Amino acid sequence: MKFFKTVSLALVGSALAIGGAAAQGKTVKIATEGAYAPWNFTGAGGKLEGFEIDLANDLCARMKVKCEVVAQDWDGIIPALNAKKYDAIMAGMSITDDRKKVIDFAGPYANSPNGFLVAKNSPLAKMPGTGQAFNLGTQQADAEKAIDAIKPLLKGKTVGVQGSTIHSNFADKYLKGTAEVREYKTTEAHDLDLAAGRIDAILADATGIIGTLEKPEFKDYALVGPSITGGMLGLGVGVGLRKEDQDLKKAFSEAIQGAIKDGTIQKLSMKWFKIDTTPKS
Amino acid sequence: MRMSGIRVLDAFAQAYVFVFRGSPLLVQIFLIYYGLGQFRPTLQEWGLWGFFREPYWCAVLALTLNTAAYASEIIRGGLQAVPHQQVEAARACGMSGFLLFRRIVFPIAVRQALPAYGSELILMVKATSLASIITMMEVTGIAAKLISQTFRAVEVFVVAGVIYLILNFTITRIIMAIEWWLSPHLRHPPAVKPALDAVHV
Repeated sequence: MKFFKTVSLALVGSALAIGGAAAQGKTVKIATEGAYAPWNFTGAGGKLEGFEIDLANDLCARMKVKCEVVAQDWDGIIPALNAKKYDAIMAGMSITDDRKKVIDFAGPYANSPNGFLVAKNSPLAKMPGTGQAFNLGTQQADAEKAIDAIKPLLKGKTVGVQGSTIHSNFADKYLKGTAEVREYKTTEAHDLDLAAGRIDAILADATGIIGTLEKPEFKDYALVGPSITGGMLGLGVGVGLRKEDQDLKKAFSEAIQGAIKDGTIQKLSMKWFKIDTTPKS
Repeated sequence: MRMSGIRVLDAFAQAYVFVFRGSPLLVQIFLIYYGLGQFRPTLQEWGLWGFFREPYWCAVLALTLNTAAYASEIIRGGLQAVPHQQVEAARACGMSGFLLFRRIVFPIAVRQALPAYGSELILMVKATSLASIITMMEVTGIAAKLISQTFRAVEVFVVAGVIYLILNFTITRIIMAIEWWLSPHLRHPPAVKPALDAVHV
């Protein structure tokens, strides 16, 4: 194992050198996915845009550091953080216990509901629990009852999720055996497949779904089903940081608190999501 | 078709090879899966949607079309490399048409094309790693999923690499065995026992 670690270290050697220099010059490199509208996406001009890009710039101004936001594939976004390719992750990443084993989080800076995106003329559109919210962490029994209520409808259907997300973990645990679960690299990819009719439903973050619903191709689709958060679905979205970077964590936490208090997060949230996702403390 | 001498067939084959050999396999997979997915009503009319609906068949189709383009060029190279003298000699022996092809041209062409075709097979095995982008969970896709659960990139990818190595090792052995079988003329001739009775003459 030591050999492999040496090899991998050699491979990221150049990245390390860059990372080290960045810390000295007080430039914080923040990774985002760039394919998760409206959180973060690549705009028409090829530049990164979205809620998290605006928020990152605001937080960096509060921390009085220079920031650079880079795009990084969602797959491997955590290993690359620990390999010091960048210093922080702001990519709609939910704070979960599994992730906390390998990285640390500052925040949350947002807390958004989840839901299913289905066609209005599909039988799934009548999914029970629409508009209701359950916390899998604190009201587990109620939440699981709500999940059981939607299972008969999902039987034999195909549900798309983005791979390596809280939604894919949730689908693996609660929907496997009921529905066929397909994993996509990006949310844009499962949106395309829902429009093509290859899958019957998408399980995703409600803010992402609201963004999708604004596209003309999705005018006959709707957000349905109960919103389940907490527990394995995480405690809101936070800034992912290396465990050893406690100073940076402190700086980010203070900046996020400041942005929540003075309403910046609410303002940005309304601008990008049309709903308020400010975490309630 | 490129060897047929018929211009339409030649042009068609050339265009096919040009497109599928000249564009990245990743783009071809995307086009077949997401691209054709946008023409669902038309495909449904033609009764082809059942095929294109499944990521598995889309991946198989993309890989087949791609490898066929490469393989056709490899076989063409093999056929064109058959020495003229051998064909002439066969003609002189009275062989023609199919018999000539079966006995002389085909065996020599296969023998010459085989090493290149073996490489193509290996490339194809490795190319299957692209199928996970259309939700086909093959080795690389499963590796990525395991990494997302364990965050251990090095260990999982090393194992995935070993799986590809084993697959390709098997393929190279099979190709080597066929090569050996097809080229008896290159092997050491079996040792001939000295003819004892010749001494007595």
